Amino acid sequence: MALQMFVTFSPWNCLLLLVALECSEASSDLNESANSTAQYAPNAWFAAASSEPDERISVFELDYDYVQIPYEVTLWILLASLAKIGFHLYRRLPGLMPESCLLILVGALVGAIIFGTDHKSPPVMDSSIYFLYLLPPIVLEGGYFMPTRPFFENIGSILWWAVLGALINALGIGLSLYFICQVKAFGLGDVSLLQNLLFGSLISAVDPVAVLAVFEEARVNEQLYMMIFGEALLNDGITVVLYNMLIAFTKMHKFEDIEPVDILAGCARFIIVGLGGILFGIVFGFISAFITRFTQNISAIEPLIVFMFSYLSYLAAETLYLSGILAITACAVTMKKYVEENVSQTSYTTIKYFMKMLSSVSETLIFIFMGVSTVGKNHEWNWAFICFTLAFCQIWRAISVFALFYISNQFRTFPFSIKDQCIIFYSGVRGAGSFSLAFLLPLSLFPRKKMFVTATLVVIYFTAFIQGITVGPLVRYLDVKKTNKKESINEELHIRLMDHLKAGIEDVCGHWSHYQVRDKFKKFDHRYLRKILIRKNLPKSSIVSLYKKLEMKQAIEMVETGILSSTAFSIPHQAQRIQGIKRLSPEDVESIRDILTSNMYQVRQRTLSYNKYNLKPQTSEKQAKEILIRRQNTLRESMRKGHSLPWGKPAGTKNVRYLSFPYGNPQSAGRDTRAAEFS
Amino acid sequence: MGSRSSHVAIPDADSIRRETGFSQASLLRLHHRFRALDRNKKGYLSRMDLQQIGALAVNPLGDRIIESFFPDGSQQVDFPGFVRVLAHFRPVEDEDTETQDPKKPEPLNSRRNKLHYAFQLYDLDRDGKISRHEMLQVLRLMVGVQVTEEQLENIADRTVQEADEDGDGAVSFVEFTKSLEKMDVEQKMSIRILK
Repeated sequence: MALQMFVTFSPWNCLLLLVALECSEASSDLNESANSTAQYAPNAWFAAASSEPDERISVFELDYDYVQIPYEVTLWILLASLAKIGFHLYRRLPGLMPESCLLILVGALVGAIIFGTDHKSPPVMDSSIYFLYLLPPIVLEGGYFMPTRPFFENIGSILWWAVLGALINALGIGLSLYFICQVKAFGLGDVSLLQNLLFGSLISAVDPVAVLAVFEEARVNEQLYMMIFGEALLNDGITVVLYNMLIAFTKMHKFEDIEPVDILAGCARFIIVGLGGILFGIVFGFISAFITRFTQNISAIEPLIVFMFSYLSYLAAETLYLSGILAITACAVTMKKYVEENVSQTSYTTIKYFMKMLSSVSETLIFIFMGVSTVGKNHEWNWAFICFTLAFCQIWRAISVFALFYISNQFRTFPFSIKDQCIIFYSGVRGAGSFSLAFLLPLSLFPRKKMFVTATLVVIYFTAFIQGITVGPLVRYLDVKKTNKKESINEELHIRLMDHLKAGIEDVCGHWSHYQVRDKFKKFDHRYLRKILIRKNLPKSSIVSLYKKLEMKQAIEMVETGILSSTAFSIPHQAQRIQGIKRLSPEDVESIRDILTSNMYQVRQRTLSYNKYNLKPQTSEKQAKEILIRRQNTLRESMRKGHSLPWGKPAGTKNVRYLSFPYGNPQSAGRDTRAAEFS
Repeated sequence: MGSRSSHVAIPDADSIRRETGFSQASLLRLHHRFRALDRNKKGYLSRMDLQQIGALAVNPLGDRIIESFFPDGSQQVDFPGFVRVLAHFRPVEDEDTETQDPKKPEPLNSRRNKLHYAFQLYDLDRDGKISRHEMLQVLRLMVGVQVTEEQLENIADRTVQEADEDGDGAVSFVEFTKSLEKMDVEQKMSIRILK
């Protein structure tokens, strides 16, 4: 079924691409031949670019070399976007496999086309382009969309798991592979320890967030979510730091010269690089938050400030050989809270969308490049190395997950169950990060680079496809949800009621844990930080008027569809006439059940659900507005009729209601201190 | 954990604990939350205090949940009353069911009491029965605006019809319990943090 979608899209996409490439092929060939010889009969259609000076003015020219790189890059991105549209059109597909699988397939397709037409692919990716242009948007997006409160509540466990997990994986895989290389039979004797360690560090760069979308409906608990998210966030930074350090080691010393002093220096450097990066990020975050305080008259540059300062933090940190990734992450986290309150509504939306766009473009390019490398002649296939790599990846991840969580469970109030740990283990999907690092290995230091690249590709394909596709069923199986049994209408209604009820009571209870630290930070924040960083005299009326405008529009719609007619809110009749029992046929029951299921309001998700490739859909906001408008209308109606609410509140009480904004609503994120008055 | 900051002692802590079964730590946290919600430091919560929880405003059952904190038409809820409601959502542990002393009243988080709490959300006029009209009102709250009134009435009819056994056109508490006997109510109506 999934193939259908692909089949409909791919052929004419392929065709388009092929036509373009053939044209370019033909013209580039023609250009070359035209440039090489002077003797050449000018064709009326394709006039050469540089020929004799007294050439007639050509009516139609074609110069492909000039636009080749941007043209092809744009085509790739467009192709990936079209594939994504197709992917989401078929509703069941996003629940079956993660979107990164789709991107990999698109990349492989483009790679196949380029290989097939023997086209010289443009050199899009080299070390500086990757580290300077492709990587920062991806990391920035991760840092910006991270839910801060749960992150900081679980920060101990997250740091413990992410840092130690990455280290254990990297060192473990590296060392195990080194021992395998010592076995003479595999022909890997020339791979030194350092090279193995480096390979270990780059192969342990996981991308678990890609898997999150697959089990979003399984309602994983918040802590598990944060573990996966936090790991994704910090993992890139740590592996890149390790990678750079090991490359420096490889460059500077021969293997025999490395002394314990160097290793200690390496560890110290690791810590300094990490902490220094974070410090840089925080400083830049505060500066940019401060600057947005003054931009109310030129709100068009607000997104620019946000992006430029984040990027600057990355670059500044990289100048000093500190971790740019951690810097940009810290910058995004720090700046988000204050910037959201300062910038205008439209700037806020622009920032969010632009960030998603940039990161998705970056990732698409990396995956396409991965596809191009896959379908090619430069592979070195070594069975032993590849199989053992795969095996060790899984083994070491399992070891690190279960060992580290066993220890951290001793200190947690809500320990992670075995089921949670299995999910974390299974979400160790490798992604674009490992491929990039493998691809950028310097050939001079790594004579067997091709083998590493091949092994990385195999691991990525394996984990992304097999683990990505099976993680959904696994989670559902672990959840032991008896979803297949057809529930009666009664049960459906009551279940949904109880879900809403539970969510409501959870909201009444509020969030718990680390009160001390959080309260202290909040006090500090209120007293000092907010005074410096947040705009004064924020026009309260703008929020209220915006809300009223939205509400009015929706109220008009609701009236027009006949929902808000007065009959809908009739007073309960005390004397009920007993209705004759209608016998409903099974089809009617089915249709009733379908109506009920598809139209009931969704339960509010307490965790901010994060989708790497998409922004939160508007349906939950629409639902929230509907509920609010309905509530207001009920109150207005009952007030007007002089009745109290059905529960006995005396009529005529002053109906001044202060509603703070719902937390889940991104439009009002950060504005929860402000109250909107409804009369 | 939070014990150093709360130098305000909880009155009647022991009796509350016995009645609800909360641990000392949970009770302290709930007290902290109670005081955080009570913005004017009145010592009790009014409806307005609970309405200030923004997330409840977009919960379809928000009003009814708030109302359930004020039984019998009172206007204030003190801390024991607050905790009593939340006790319904305490997770059920195995020890509770084993050491059941038949003379002691049923714990607040038993299955029966959880169901009774949910039942009261439907049964606004407290006559012990969910009439068709009350079912319809709940449905209206929980369903989006695209569903027509006629469809809602059909659904309400069918719901009452399925559960109603003695043919009085309303669902009593016993019938309600029976219709949910296959459902894992204990798990649905338990909040992990309220240990």
